[in-house]
Amino acid sequence: MSGTTQTPATTGRAGGGAERATRRTMTYLQAISDGLREEMRADERVFVMGEDVGVFGGAFKVTDGFVDEFGTDRVMDTPLAESGIVGTAVGAAVVGMRPVCEMQFADFIACGFDQLVNVAGKMHYRQGLAVPITVRLPSGGGFSGGPFHSQNPEAWFMHAPGLKVVAPSTPEDAKGMLIKGIRDPNPVVYLEHKHLYRRVKGEVPTGTYETDFSARIAREGDDLVVIAYGAMVHTALEATAPEALDGASVEVLDLRSLVPLDEEAILASVRKCSKVVVLDEANATCAAGAQVASLIAERAFEDLDGPIVRVATPDVPIPFSPPLEQAVLPGVERVKEACRDLLAY
Amino acid sequence: MATTVRPTAAADGVPDVPGHLTRADRTELLRAMLSMRLIEERAMSLYRQGRVPGSFYDGFGQEAVSAGAAFAMAAEDRLCILHRDLAAHVVRGVEPARILAQYMGRATGVTRGRDGNVHFGDKDRGCVGMVSMLPDMMLVATGMAMAFKLRGEARAALTFFGDGSTSRGDFHEALNWAAVQRLPVIFVLENNQYAYSTPTALQYAVPPIERAGAYGMPGETVDGNDVEAMFEAVRVARERAVAGGGPTLIEAQTMRMHGHAAHDDMRYVPAEQLAAWRERDPIDLQERRLKALEEPVDVAALRAEVQAEVDAATETALAAPMPDPATARDGVFAEEAVPLGDGRAPWSGFAREAAR
Ligand SMILES: Cc1ncc(C[n+]2csc(CCOP(=O)(O)OP(=O)(O)O)c2C)c(N)n1
Ligand SMILES: [Mg+2]
Repeated sequence: MSGTTQTPATTGRAGGGAERATRRTMTYLQAISDGLREEMRADERVFVMGEDVGVFGGAFKVTDGFVDEFGTDRVMDTPLAESGIVGTAVGAAVVGMRPVCEMQFADFIACGFDQLVNVAGKMHYRQGLAVPITVRLPSGGGFSGGPFHSQNPEAWFMHAPGLKVVAPSTPEDAKGMLIKGIRDPNPVVYLEHKHLYRRVKGEVPTGTYETDFSARIAREGDDLVVIAYGAMVHTALEATAPEALDGASVEVLDLRSLVPLDEEAILASVRKCSKVVVLDEANATCAAGAQVASLIAERAFEDLDGPIVRVATPDVPIPFSPPLEQAVLPGVERVKEACRDLLAY
Repeated sequence: MATTVRPTAAADGVPDVPGHLTRADRTELLRAMLSMRLIEERAMSLYRQGRVPGSFYDGFGQEAVSAGAAFAMAAEDRLCILHRDLAAHVVRGVEPARILAQYMGRATGVTRGRDGNVHFGDKDRGCVGMVSMLPDMMLVATGMAMAFKLRGEARAALTFFGDGSTSRGDFHEALNWAAVQRLPVIFVLENNQYAYSTPTALQYAVPPIERAGAYGMPGETVDGNDVEAMFEAVRVARERAVAGGGPTLIEAQTMRMHGHAAHDDMRYVPAEQLAAWRERDPIDLQERRLKALEEPVDVAALRAEVQAEVDAATETALAAPMPDPATARDGVFAEEAVPLGDGRAPWSGFAREAAR
């Protein structure tokens, strides 16, 4: 990914909320903070819990200064206990609170897996009891975090019924989808890619607003579509800029939400472009991209004018050393090459 | 925690401390702590020069815990070493150049660039590298001890973990399991007062060490800045473990003198707290002790020797290649199961035992 990316403003369908008169430029990280702060102001049931989120303001400073405004009860430093964080959030949610859980890194959700997948995810189906929790996962690699600070665990949760899984790529969506997630009556797994935190800036409406859990066309095109989400949207945009591919007109579809998956948007792009590259940063097997590819194979086979091409991280833990990490994470060059090959097909 | 200067050395080779340490052993303990400090100091400056990717964690001020504990472990024992415990790697015989290469992501590092900073363990020296998820290794150590017991072997396993880590369920699972099955495992709780920014007051209502009896094992709090006290506590625990007496929980009271990692200025730690602990630096303490012996140890010379070793190791590590990107996918699956090797066990007591 290149340095700072100025993202195009989304058409992010605002649903209710305050007037969207003013917009401010902020980073992806600031937009997450802003969304959380606004929603905590608007709804006193909302509180944040996590390791070092209080006085310290969180490992990535998403809750920096929150304690001063909301106090330590609503910005709760928890014991080092992920199962505890998710499990107590479920408990608080079923009696009327709206907890937002922060994992220090997405990777640590593995330690809260049971509460999320078995308790939160299955609650409503089993007994009609809603679990409105939001679990924030700072995810993704690209900065030598090594095998335990670089993972993209979205597919673990896509596979578990009852959990919504979203992964915004722009500041505007980051804010609107966080607010939407907090208000959603279901458990929402919210992936915030660490590599976007300070690199991506964009205009963000002030006040509160919701961004739908649906896909968005990040760039229109009709020769080929790259389907991506999270940080990979920016990789896709850079790799497929018209000058990068001899003027080819490449569409980039930003999924934004993985569960629910915006199947109609995917199929519409495929119908229009006939050639498709599916890109994720996660390990390839059973990834979000695999789900997208199977959807296309099932429902848009006749519209294809070439094989569905996937670009993803091979099935290895994310290595620490930069040359190894760069060798496995999908980069601009790999995406460009995949597009070039497919365009020539 | 008063610090007493212990009796002076008799002829070398004969223990001069009730806890079985010879003058050479006591010097070796200081050397391990000095190695840890000087390697980490160097690593921190390499980090600031941009040569250490990712983040960097150290154990400044906590050197006595891992040096003393590892020193009490036999070659055939097995260890899970955590992120503030570099001296344990040194005691087990991992060369400083491989440690520095590890930090810099070089091909010659312990994990060959696959894992970063402190997440390593030399399998050829009887160590299983930690994972980040704390304290997962408590159960792994318990499992190694379980295998030793199943096979009737007089060996022990040891793991370190922090005060914050005691809040996770795995802490409970490991202590309970080890006690129920009376396993030869030593749990070293490294209480450095903080878990990242979180003080122990927000972590637990009852100190974990007070729960040892409730689980069914002895628990002991040790001055974690006294390397000889650490050694002695682990020596006793190991003796009990290999004799079939089951697990021990040892709490090492110490203080994290640096931030959680290189980026953390730890503004949340009161200055007085740091100042009080600075007076109790574990290396100072051991140096004073060794200088006060009847036959004093030349501490300055030892320091110079370790510094030279670290300087040379830095050169070696800097000259080492980065890993070949073509190998990035190798090694996810094993072709065969290669057993762990034995580590260095420099304590004179093991040599005396072998001679018997
Ligand atoms: C399960 C888990 N959650 C979160 C983290 C992130 N993290 C890394 S170190 C740390 C603090 C650990 O505190 P403690 O156990 O006291 O060890 P110390 O670092 O103080 O030695 C945290 C929260 C982690 N490593 N593992
Ligand atoms: Mg600690």
